[in-house]
Amino acid sequence: MKSMSRIFAILQKEVRQLRRDRLTFGMVVGLPILQMLLFGYAINTDVRNLKTAIADQANSHLSRQFVAELAQTQVIDIVATADSPQQLETLLREGAISIGVHIPRDFDRRTVDRTRAASHLLVDGSDPTILGVANQLRSMPFGFDAVKGTQAVHRAIEVRPYYNPERRTPVNIVPGLMGVILTMTMILFTAVAIVRERERGNLELLINTPVSSAELMIGKVVPYILIGMLQIALILGVGLLLFDVPVRGSVIDLYLAAFAFIAANLALGLFISTAARTQFQAMQMTVFILLPSILLSGFMFPFEGMPRIAQWLGEALPNTHFIRLTRGIMLREASIGDLYRDLAYLLGFAVAAMTGAALRFTKRLD
Amino acid sequence: MNGAFAIEARGLTKRFGDLVAVSQLDLDVPRGEIYGFLGPNGSGKSTTIRMLCGLLMPSDGNALVLDTEVPGDARRLKPRIGYMTQKFSLFGDMTVSENLQFIAEIYSYPRRERAARIQELLERYDLLGQRKQLAGTMSGGQKQRLALACAVLHRPELLLLDEPTSAVDPQSRRDFWAALFRLAESGTTILVSTHYMDEAERCHRLAILDHGVKVADGTPSELQASTGMHVVEVVASDPYHAQGAISKIPEVASVTQLGVRLRVLIPEAHDDPTGVVDRALRAAGLDAEASLSSATLEDVFVAVTLQPRRRDAA
Repeated sequence: MKSMSRIFAILQKEVRQLRRDRLTFGMVVGLPILQMLLFGYAINTDVRNLKTAIADQANSHLSRQFVAELAQTQVIDIVATADSPQQLETLLREGAISIGVHIPRDFDRRTVDRTRAASHLLVDGSDPTILGVANQLRSMPFGFDAVKGTQAVHRAIEVRPYYNPERRTPVNIVPGLMGVILTMTMILFTAVAIVRERERGNLELLINTPVSSAELMIGKVVPYILIGMLQIALILGVGLLLFDVPVRGSVIDLYLAAFAFIAANLALGLFISTAARTQFQAMQMTVFILLPSILLSGFMFPFEGMPRIAQWLGEALPNTHFIRLTRGIMLREASIGDLYRDLAYLLGFAVAAMTGAALRFTKRLD
Repeated sequence: MNGAFAIEARGLTKRFGDLVAVSQLDLDVPRGEIYGFLGPNGSGKSTTIRMLCGLLMPSDGNALVLDTEVPGDARRLKPRIGYMTQKFSLFGDMTVSENLQFIAEIYSYPRRERAARIQELLERYDLLGQRKQLAGTMSGGQKQRLALACAVLHRPELLLLDEPTSAVDPQSRRDFWAALFRLAESGTTILVSTHYMDEAERCHRLAILDHGVKVADGTPSELQASTGMHVVEVVASDPYHAQGAISKIPEVASVTQLGVRLRVLIPEAHDDPTGVVDRALRAAGLDAEASLSSATLEDVFVAVTLQPRRRDAA
């Protein structure tokens, strides 16, 4: 009973202080919206209008028709013409173009010769996405009047993208982005929570009262769980309104997953808070968690493509499991039962980190 | 079961690496008294107070605070002690009322009596006008009164105050001490650290700390009576040169200037303290008058914190 009222006292104090701290309060609402807009509009792997230069040394009826068909794909945007492959190379090196198309003098003859390529694409391989797009160009069938044979080419494999048939990037990005945004805000909020009180001297007062370590930790975490829930609603709302990202599975399942994930991050933040001596250190440690949470969680790069060690590290991060949960529930219409392993990991992580934080936090100054 | 002492410490020692902050401290603080810790910065006052309320683990020795073993049972002790930190440690972004409310809840003060108790404290510590003000925006004196109000809200038996008046003006200091006497009269034991002589003089009893060692303790008058030194007061028109002349006398333990007056300490073993000072002044051709005086607390402090070499001189 006394314990409950002490927890409530801490909780109420946190809410009061949060309400008066405009910067943090702005972060609660502003950060998710800003990040959604930035990532949602900026990240697009469906590339169009790549800057291209053409070096048409054949300059025949057929080559001009070929260039026109390339341009029609909208994948490339012809911004320059060149006289030689060497000139194309120069343009590539300067970054003026991403793709150079070299059509040799004997283009017409090459189109009927199956052993030799009719033209060359010079591609800026320093950007993996552009390389991928250029590969798509290669498999494009071109219908040349003079060479009826090429039209007979048929594809051996047809790819059907399930769950995201239009291949819209936001549909892939938003479920993962939710995890990244929550990782950033949740860990940061609690990471500075105790360090700030230490810096301001409040902690020396608090540890001299009858409040216990566990009561202090719980009282500090609960308000932020609610804030995390609010942020989820914001992200889902923006995702639905601006990017038409669906929630195909149950919203309740999604919130269950989010609860476990938020608790895991807040507990991790508290743990950081007991280890850091200054707010600046706490922020550095947060970034140290945040970066792998973006790079190794499967948010940016496919998990399967990473080396074994990176996968192990990724498995340890809460965000990896949360992204699996959100992609499953939001896009594949999976239920939380299908993904119980990831949920169990998040809950286990939260309990372990919370216990660690409460144990590490001694009610002493030395 | 209540012993005569609120605090009994034996051999209390705290080391931070190679630094010995507090060394072999014995302490007996009688109940219901105001007990002072007098000493310069870094003499171990804060460290001792922190060990007594369980914030720091002693490297050696033990303490019995309100008959409770510290740091062993520190948790059970917390509701019975009040502690005022050296630095303002309440929440600057909450109002005066909210801070008091928070402290009341944390100490599980009976819910029905909370409002009345807070009102009482606001009145007693002259904070009625500031109840809706954010604590961080108040003056030094107001902050200090709020800190005291929060420290005594739960009616602790023992109050530990760590340099409570270091950041306030003289008027606030006087008011603050009036409040402390009221608390002591109602039975609260108070341990207060200070580096002000006038405050030390108000304590029922005090201990003088120097470099982590207790160099003297007792009531102010006991301490004044047992310095082991003659105090010669010199009134000089040129105190600077007079000080120079007197310092050269081998028997003199210390010379302290107070305006145009000089306080000269000479070990008690010496028969003619005024004579030796007079002769030195005349030899230097200085116009000054020497007379025997009784020790003030400041003289006590100077005497007991002297380097042993000088104390044994003569």
